[in-house]
Amino acid sequence: MMTKTPPSVDLHINPTLARKILTGFIRTEIERVGFHKAVLGLSGGIDSALACYLAAEALGPQNVLAMRMPYHTSSPESLEHAQLVIDTLGVQSLTVPITEMVEPLFVRFPDMDNLRKGNVMARARMIVLYDQSSAFGGLVIGTGNKTEILLGYSTLYGDSACALNPIGDLYKTQVRQLAADMGVPSEIIAKPPSADLWVGQTDEDELGFTYEQADQLLYLLVDQRYSPEDCIAAGFEPPLVHAVVARVRRNHFKRILPPIAKISNRTIGYDFLYPRDWGT
Amino acid sequence: MSLTIALAQINTCLGNVERNLEKHIALVKEARKSGADLLIFPELSLTGYVLQDLASAVAHRPTRDDPIFRPLLEASQDIDLVVGFVDEDLRSRFYIAAAYLSRGQVLHVHHKVYLPTYGLFDEGRFFAWGNSISAFDTRFGRLGMLICEDFWHASPPYLLWLDGADLLLLTSASPGRGLGSEEQLESARWVEHINRAYASLFTIFVAHANRVGYEDGLNFWGGSTVFDPNGALLARGPYHEESLALAEVDLRQIHRTRARLPLLRDERIALVQRELNRILQTS
Repeated sequence: MMTKTPPSVDLHINPTLARKILTGFIRTEIERVGFHKAVLGLSGGIDSALACYLAAEALGPQNVLAMRMPYHTSSPESLEHAQLVIDTLGVQSLTVPITEMVEPLFVRFPDMDNLRKGNVMARARMIVLYDQSSAFGGLVIGTGNKTEILLGYSTLYGDSACALNPIGDLYKTQVRQLAADMGVPSEIIAKPPSADLWVGQTDEDELGFTYEQADQLLYLLVDQRYSPEDCIAAGFEPPLVHAVVARVRRNHFKRILPPIAKISNRTIGYDFLYPRDWGT
Repeated sequence: MSLTIALAQINTCLGNVERNLEKHIALVKEARKSGADLLIFPELSLTGYVLQDLASAVAHRPTRDDPIFRPLLEASQDIDLVVGFVDEDLRSRFYIAAAYLSRGQVLHVHHKVYLPTYGLFDEGRFFAWGNSISAFDTRFGRLGMLICEDFWHASPPYLLWLDGADLLLLTSASPGRGLGSEEQLESARWVEHINRAYASLFTIFVAHANRVGYEDGLNFWGGSTVFDPNGALLARGPYHEESLALAEVDLRQIHRTRARLPLLRDERIALVQRELNRILQTS
């Protein structure tokens, strides 16, 4: 049987235009509600580094608070890389370890597996970020990319929680391209992506495929409206296609608000529809 | 005869008509100082675009009694204006509309006839569909107005051309989308292509005012343009930034282009009608 080479999908973006649109978005969405500052969690990875670069350019580095929130098993390299971004940009920063916040719950439930612990840590970081949002007077900037959102590779009400997300319509490979263009340090761009929730964790091990593969496939499925069968016919391996399609469907609940049971004539989310930017 | 067109490539405050009115009045003053004869505001310039359930709350009637239109009509004494708004008709249907104001009079109101209700658009849910397309006479000659999706369809510009419009005034709140490796967004490239094509195919002037700013994650890309009857670009506003783009339009260019290229003279309208009747009867 002949196997076809998957099509080469060009995901390149014009970085100048992307930068202009995304920094304009950050500035506008923050200023229109009366703020001029932002808070974000800086993990040491590429997504939050890029979000931090965009926020610093949009608002000025003095108006950005980058939060390092390590757990005691977090990789020291993650902390160093986050510090590198902070020092390079001159943004404000704060380090708040979450170990003391989460340990009591881990002790209370000793059989807690890595997934539960990871979710608890992601939500503890959300609590710290939103508290600093109030203390610093800045909105929380999201750092999830399009690949991660589509695959549902995030913790609901954890790392996905934010007031606005400038990079959520960029695939991981596009994040890499824009990060390189904006001068994010190469060691951050080059290292394997990891949620760093336990030692040795990497995204691609956990997902079972590479971001390169996933992005090409998602672009055809989502942006170009290929059916799964079209993707297989175009040369993608059926197990990969099925795995990605299943993840996108299974995790859709993370991308929408919880449904409200409709009983009145006018219900929030169904027929009470106002733009978020109402009046601004 | 020469005419200076100004394109008000503005951002708007979503749902705050009074604040947008202030901006309109300020722009009118600026355009007059720059010597403009005609100032074109983008689609829904008085209200903002992603209105959803706000549509009925921000609607106005283009009359002298209306608190929003009274100052606009006064402002139109020395400069003709195209403004974008939500028009509530006498039976309370709500339209995406553009009004042409001149010397204190409303010369024409166009209701958007194509409401995109697909992809990121949901206009058909919130607005009534306009039901006519006609050109109208002004002190600069016979013009036609269309709003955004109206000119993504080929028939409205064609009808205005046949109805005598030598200058098309197009308004948009066009969300930017399709970022590839090019310097322009796909949506910007597409709109410029078709506007240049209309100018060339119909040997007319085509002026397009598009807004800028952000609403609920959408970016509006600006890049307002004026093309002449040869399809040449006379002016272009910057992408994604507010501006007042000015173009001096020499209306004699229509004479020169049509002397060379008599596409209007040779257009076989009766043939079109005959074939349209046949197609409609058989389909």
